[in-house]
Formats: sequence, C-alpha cells, structure tokens
Amino acid sequence: MPEQLTLVDAVRTAIARAMEDDDNVIVLGEDVGAIGGVFRATDGLSSRFGTDRVLDTPISESLFVGLAVGLAAEGFRPIVEYQFMGFLYPGLDQLANHAGRMRNRTRGRLTCPIVVRAPYGGGVRAPEHHSESFEAMLAHIPGIRVVIPSSPAKAYGLLLAAIRDPDPVVFLEPKRLYRSSREDVVDDGASLPLDRCDTLRTGDDLTLVTWGASTLETLAAADRLAADGIDADVIDVVTIKPLDMTTILASVERTGRCVIVHEAPRTGGVGAEIAAVLADEGLTSLLAPVGRVTGYDTVIPMFGLEPHYQPTEQRVLDVARRALEFA
Amino acid sequence: MHDTVVRDHVLTFHVPTRGFDGPGGAAGTDSLATDQGELIGMYRAMVLTRTFDAKAVALQRTGRIGTFASSLGQEAVAVGIGAAMAAGDVLVPSFREQGAMLLRGVEPAELFLYWGGDERGSDFATPRHDFPICVPIGTQAAHATGVALAMQLRADRRVSVCALGDGATSRGDVYESMNYAGVRRLPIVFVVNNNQWAISVPRARQSAAETLAQKAIAAGFPGEQVDGNDVIAVRAVTSEAIERARDGGGPTLVEAITYRLADHTTADDASRYRSDEEVSARWKDEPVARLRDRLVDAGHWGKEQEQQLLEECAAVIEAAVTAYESRAPLAPASMFDHLYAELPASYRAQRSEVVARGGADA
Repeated sequence: MPEQLTLVDAVRTAIARAMEDDDNVIVLGEDVGAIGGVFRATDGLSSRFGTDRVLDTPISESLFVGLAVGLAAEGFRPIVEYQFMGFLYPGLDQLANHAGRMRNRTRGRLTCPIVVRAPYGGGVRAPEHHSESFEAMLAHIPGIRVVIPSSPAKAYGLLLAAIRDPDPVVFLEPKRLYRSSREDVVDDGASLPLDRCDTLRTGDDLTLVTWGASTLETLAAADRLAADGIDADVIDVVTIKPLDMTTILASVERTGRCVIVHEAPRTGGVGAEIAAVLADEGLTSLLAPVGRVTGYDTVIPMFGLEPHYQPTEQRVLDVARRALEFA
Repeated sequence: MHDTVVRDHVLTFHVPTRGFDGPGGAAGTDSLATDQGELIGMYRAMVLTRTFDAKAVALQRTGRIGTFASSLGQEAVAVGIGAAMAAGDVLVPSFREQGAMLLRGVEPAELFLYWGGDERGSDFATPRHDFPICVPIGTQAAHATGVALAMQLRADRRVSVCALGDGATSRGDVYESMNYAGVRRLPIVFVVNNNQWAISVPRARQSAAETLAQKAIAAGFPGEQVDGNDVIAVRAVTSEAIERARDGGGPTLVEAITYRLADHTTADDASRYRSDEEVSARWKDEPVARLRDRLVDAGHWGKEQEQQLLEECAAVIEAAVTAYESRAPLAPASMFDHLYAELPASYRAQRSEVVARGGADA
C-alpha cells in the first residue's frame, strides 16, 4: 500500500527498511536515538531496533566518518547523520583522506560501504552555518558518491541504493523539502539507480539542469515558459558525483540551449563542470551560451537576505529567456 | 566580597611509569622476563626491523624507493605491540610500526612496495584485517575506535590496537576518539610512541601536560607510561591493557617513552633542529643492544647466534628487495580499477585515455 510520505518520512522509512533487511546496517550521530534526530529522520528507530543499532554519540564531527570507516572495515554498513551540512566540514578530512580511498589504496582488501547523511541548503530561516550547500567540494573527492534526492519517493529509493552501495555515499537531503510536500511512496524495498540523471519533464526548446530543492523553482519556471509555448527539458541531476553527462548531452543535442540552476556559489560549482563538459563535448549542439543561475560567491547570508541569494523562479526565467533569445 | 574556599579536591590522579630493566623496576607480572624463547623471539623481531629500516633507507638514498620513515631506536615499541597482540586483534598503525606489522605477518616486500609508491603494498596477504599504514597524523584513531565499536557490538573478544606518535596527541580527532572510546568502554588500546619529536617540534612544545598518558584521564580511562626502549616492559604493559580490554575492562592509553634516533623521514634533516650530542647520548639506551646485553648476561645469547641472526635477517631482507624489484609494475589504468567496486560509466573515457596513452589495459 502506498503511503503519503514527506521527504523526511521517506528517509526514515528507507533506513528502517534497510535495518530490517540487514543486521549490519546501523545508525549513528548526535541525538539520533531518544529524540530521533533534530529533524526526526530517525524517529522511532531506537525503540524499534535498540540502542546497539541506533547510537547516540557525543558531539564529535571529526570522529564520525572515521568511526564509520572502522565499522565498515569490520563488516558493518553504518549510516552517519550530521545534523546540518555546515557541521560536516570536519568530516571532509576523513572523507577525502580515508573513506574515498580505502578501497583503492588496499586494492579492495578493505572497503568502505558507508552513508553520510546531512540536511543541506537554505530556505528554512535557520541560524548561521545551517544553510550550507558545498556539494561541489564533495564532488571533487574521488572514490565517493554524492547523491541528492528531490522528492519523497526519490529519497526512499536512492537512500536504499546508497545504503546497499559497496562504496561511500554522501547523501544530501534538501531540508527545505523535508516537509514541503507529500507523495505516494511504496515501502517495497525497491531502490532507484545511482549515477543517473532523472528527467522531470521533457521539451525540445531548452534544457534546464538542476538538483535538490532548486527543482521547485526550476519546474515553476518551466511551467511559466510552457504557458508561453516554450517546452523545456528539466533534468534532476540526482547523483552529483559521478556525474551522468550522457543524459544532459543528449538533451542539449535536442534543445541547443542550456541553463543550470543551483543554490551553491557559482565559482567552481557543479554547474561549472556541467558547462565545461557541454563546451567540450556538446559545442556543435549549442545555439546559445550556457547560462547559470546560482547562489553568489558570497557567504550564504543569514536568513534576512537569503531570498536575494537563492535562485528564484524569476531569476531562472530571466536567464532562460536570455538563452532562448540568443541568436 | 566573598572569598571562595576549596571545599575538596574532586580528583587527584596518578600516572604510573613502568620498566623492567633499569630504573623503575619490574614491569612483568608474568614469566615473560624469564621466558627465553619469547625474549629471543622479540630480539629477532627487533633485529629484523632494524635490518629492514637500514635497507629501506639505503634503497631511498639510491632512488629505489621513495620517502621512508625509519623506526630506528623505537623497535621495542612496535615489536612489543606486535608481541602483545593476538592474531585476530586488529592493528591500526601510523607509519612507524613496521616492527609490529612484520611480526603480524606483513611481508617486508609488501612494505618495500608501499614505500616504493605502489598501492599493492597495502594489500597484505596476511593479516587481511589489519589497517594499512596511515600517513595523515592521528586520523587512524577514529578508524581504530570504529573497529573497536564493531567488536563491542558483535560481542567479539578481539581488541583494536591503535598506534600513534606523540605528535598525534595534539590533534582534536585523537581526543574525540579517546573520548568516545571512554564513553563506551570500547575494547581498544592506544599506544603512543613518544619518540620526543613531532618532526622538528620537541615534546615540551607539543603539550604542557606533564605526561601524554594523562590525556586518557580526561577521557575516563587509565593512562600509563612505560619505558619504550625496554621491549619486555612494552610487551607486558601493552599485553595487560589488551587483555583488560578483551575482558570488557575498556580502553587504556600506553605512552611508550623512547627516542627517534633517525630523521623523521628520509626527507628530513634532524641536524637542523637537534644536536649530535643529544642523539649520541640517546644511543646509549637504544633497545636492541639493551635486550642483547640482557640475553648475553643471562647466558642465552652469544657471538655465534648473533652472527647467524644478522646473516639470516640480511638474507630475508635481500630476498624481499629482490621480490619487490621483480614485481611487474602496476598497469597505469589500474588507478581506476579499485576506486569503486565497479567503475562508474562517467570514468570510462578517462580510463580509456590512460590506456590509449600507453598504459596497458589491466
């Protein structure tokens, strides 16, 4: 029976399913036990699976990923929760120096099937340091995957895939979408494919590429364009690393015009990589310069100015029209 | 104004320091000190380690391996750790524990491969479950803590042994590891090889704490010092800590006091920051001669055995050099082959480029 779930419900349902299926799946992080996590993503798991499988830890953000590396080497499949992406910076050391290279440096003798979950992005009037989007930094790390769901059903299927994946996955949950809508999710244990873009709507006039919470503004802009008779492909990248450029290139081959939308700062963002590959492999298809609608190269402002920082429907429309009008 | 008064001292603590030989008295509560077979075994392991180190430095000087970190003068620490561990325990080393690694079954040829710039050197034939060398200082403490957590969750009677340098104890993640190990009473032993130098920074400028062992007190478990040039003591103290951890007694930090007689690595020049006099003085206490003297005094060892052992070790290491140098080089495209369980589609073009540029396809 499908259930109407929010994205955060879907995360919890996927974790519970994975824990049911595999005793090696355990959850650890700050406040994940008794209170079920600051966003309640692990609510009820501690009483259902016990405190030996849902571990409340001290505040040790430098430790968590490394702890998971050790657990994984001994056969566990740990899921680590960081309360907010802004507190994952100390974990970058372990992700880059160890999690992402353990398989390679031991030629597969030791592996690292871990999932690092973090709510990311702005738009929820949170305090400072609670609105980060540094997926591009993560995407630069070899040996890991970076996966971003944009809906409850995707959160369920992709998180199951991430937990079952034999390599480390950073799973970034757009917190603005945690409770923004519900959709039917069937808890059937079926995963969704990683390393693959998902086309949210199709059209031959323009390709809009985005991920995470920005899918909302991008789809809204596509609707507005459709009212004017302009049909856009909207591509949800889903896995930021490794990047499925095949889908994006195929779309741009049809449309000739592309706009990339992301909340993270522009310079060195994942959008820059997509644009570079389009220039490299899709140049003959392009009818207009590749446009980008992104956060600015500033610190993400506190929530007073956040609406001026985040890509809005209007900003997407403006850049899309520029791409469409280019001759 | 109200003056405050000291009501009580809520805590006073003690950091024992133990040794078997010399000042400090008897470390061993077991019969180790009189077990001739075991003493000779540890002596052989220390001599093999020293032979390995000397060869590795020579190979580096002639360009046959890359930068190398010798354990000269600290052989008793690593060999003591290795001798105290059970085969099923997990060693999580830093990069100066070749003495323990060799004792646990890692081949010297594998270590030459590693320092020779070849990932296959960390794919130990045995022991399969030990961690590889860890270059980023102290980060392995988190792995060792995770390993110990796994053992505890499975009620497995194994112990995680984390080797660190004195320099690593300045790091936050090492404290986070110790803190969590203390909270959960994990089956883990942290052994700090205090060789007095974090490259060029002496012990006194790394921490104002009187001992490094006392850092364990803040994490809620015992810390103690041991004479790190006394392999009998290192073996005894570490073994006691390991068996306590195995029996559910929680973590211990063992601070082994020793001295780095060589440069930090072959890329270092210690004469820039410490005097020859200081180093010469420390040679008088070096661990290999110390155990040899003890064995000779006890009538367990003589010139003939010594000569034979040196020849044996030289032969083992020479054979390892031959094995190392006769390995076919890694196929260039192999840099892609263990990155993920299965190479993602987006990597195929980069891999093909390497193959096309002359890297044989693996």
